[in-house]
Amino acid sequence: MSFPGETPPRDAEIAASAVSAVSAVSAPPAVSSVIAAGEGEETPLRRIAADFADSRLALAGLALFLAILAVAVLAPVISPQNPYDLAQLDVLDSRLEPGARSGDGKQVFWLGTDDQGRDMLSAIFYGLRISLGVGVSATLCALALGLTLGLAGAFLGGRVDTLIMRVADIQLSFPAILIALILLALLGQGIDKIIIALVAVQWAYYARTVRSAALVERSKEYIEAATCLALPASRIVFRHLLPNCLPPVIVVATVQVAAAIALEATLSFLGLGLPITEPSLGLLISNGFTYMLSGKYWISFFPGVALLATIVSINLVGDQLRDVLNPRLQI
Amino acid sequence: MLVYVIRRLLQSVVVLLAMSLLVFVGVYAIGNPVDILINPQADQEDIERAIKGLGLDKPLWEQYLVFLRQALAGDLGKSFAFNVPAIQLIVERMPATLELATAAMLIAIVLGLPLGLWAGLAPRSVAGRTIMTGSILGFSLPTFWVGLMLIMVFSVHLGWLPSNGRGPTTELLGVPVSFLSWEGLKHLAMPATNLALFNLALVIRLTRAGTREALLQDYVKFARAKGLSNARVVGVHVLKNIAIPIVTVIGLQFGSLIAFAIVTETIFAWPGMGKLIIDSINVLDRPVIVAYLLIIVTLFIVINLLVDLLYSVLDPRVRLADART
Repeated sequence: MSFPGETPPRDAEIAASAVSAVSAVSAPPAVSSVIAAGEGEETPLRRIAADFADSRLALAGLALFLAILAVAVLAPVISPQNPYDLAQLDVLDSRLEPGARSGDGKQVFWLGTDDQGRDMLSAIFYGLRISLGVGVSATLCALALGLTLGLAGAFLGGRVDTLIMRVADIQLSFPAILIALILLALLGQGIDKIIIALVAVQWAYYARTVRSAALVERSKEYIEAATCLALPASRIVFRHLLPNCLPPVIVVATVQVAAAIALEATLSFLGLGLPITEPSLGLLISNGFTYMLSGKYWISFFPGVALLATIVSINLVGDQLRDVLNPRLQI
Repeated sequence: MLVYVIRRLLQSVVVLLAMSLLVFVGVYAIGNPVDILINPQADQEDIERAIKGLGLDKPLWEQYLVFLRQALAGDLGKSFAFNVPAIQLIVERMPATLELATAAMLIAIVLGLPLGLWAGLAPRSVAGRTIMTGSILGFSLPTFWVGLMLIMVFSVHLGWLPSNGRGPTTELLGVPVSFLSWEGLKHLAMPATNLALFNLALVIRLTRAGTREALLQDYVKFARAKGLSNARVVGVHVLKNIAIPIVTVIGLQFGSLIAFAIVTETIFAWPGMGKLIIDSINVLDRPVIVAYLLIIVTLFIVINLLVDLLYSVLDPRVRLADART
């Protein structure tokens, strides 16, 4: 078991050397690799990178995801027009087919235009920004909440643990979309509300994952060693326990980002997610639905392709990470 | 066993109470109930009378008890939009949703089991790989977008299938159903396929994984050593043993099918509970929202309970009486 990219907790090293007889077997590999890192040999990060690159499909997924991320970040720079600046829109250009030229001949709409004469390509770039933004921030919040509760459950045990896990169990027995729907029906629309709903849906996955990892790690000798050294509990939890619980959590988090993006798109499509002022991909698709029946497929089709590409690329990366970070597949 | 059932029932009641409390607080405390429940054109006197009449001047816990008592008596208020009892409205829409979910489940099982078996028996073959790639797509494709694409291809371009509604319904034991007439089947085809996709991928994966694992077991080797035909080994020995996880997951998924039907029903204008709840949320028809949420939670609790019981019947190794919950 090792963790990616992080410098290993120094305490673990001290603790390990203090109980050297035990540490030879049980200290996290990161401790030994700290020496190796100095000589430019294999570090956990490099090993993970090398393992990851074994799958071409995963590399393609990663490349696709990075490209999508770049587009989302750079949307205001690379978009042919600002799709939400009404001065740049011309109603005469509305519902043009992909590849059509604008009325004044200045612009080519590669992916067509919507009912307000908005360039779909630009709308998708901006939509990706919102979809990714909501997905990632919801995942980060859920991660923070889930990690805290899961660690608290594993470390404190007893009633706290039972309560947290029981709530998580009950929640996980309902489909995510239903819980999000209930919350949004009660809370109303808004970017903050959909993030709340997504966090409420997802925290339980992290809490469960980190708890089960922490329960395994807690019984290992390096934690015992740290406890023997009378380190404060907070230090043991955050510097020793948490870093070693991270690999499974990272895998869950990647997959959950994709799930969050898909769920947000679905909710926005239903008209429950984001308000019309925050046009995510789901809202773009929903907007094009009306024109679908008259054969104007592009208003819904291309945002859907962008959504699909985002979800598939994240899932490909997540699948490979699962294999790479799975301690059972390593020695 | 009996102890387990009783314990689970008690647990279910607690969950249901907690949910009713959540929904109650959500509807009655976040939004101002006066705005929601009383005609906005009413004058001050009317409003005060209505507040008294509805018991809104009482403390919240007392209001909750009143709400609970009425809910237990099957009275969850009248829909603002339709002016009929909310429960009646939902019960009327329920057969449509159940028909859709059942059809989707059948599609997932009828296609998924053989495909999964095929992929499991020949994991390295072209067919096996194609099936697995397809199932990954089934997981990744956003359901609602696939629905739109189905409409685009089969309704708009090819014109084969109708894009919305249930079509004519036929009475079956007093319940209106679509699948008994050709026109109804045509209406059912696209929504059911759309709803089935995710579960199809799930059944394929489960069956494949189960098959691959079962083929390595001693009982399969022994069956082969006895000289049984391949069909019998796969059809009886393998299939019987992989049935347990598949039945469990299918059972649990039936609930999520009903939940996901919300999306499918909205796309295909299928007149079920899911479309009703979205319409009600859009016009803020609060009694219907509350009634829907309570009914669907009850439905889920019942499904979860049934699946757990079914699991213990199917798999004698699971000793429920010993299970500490």
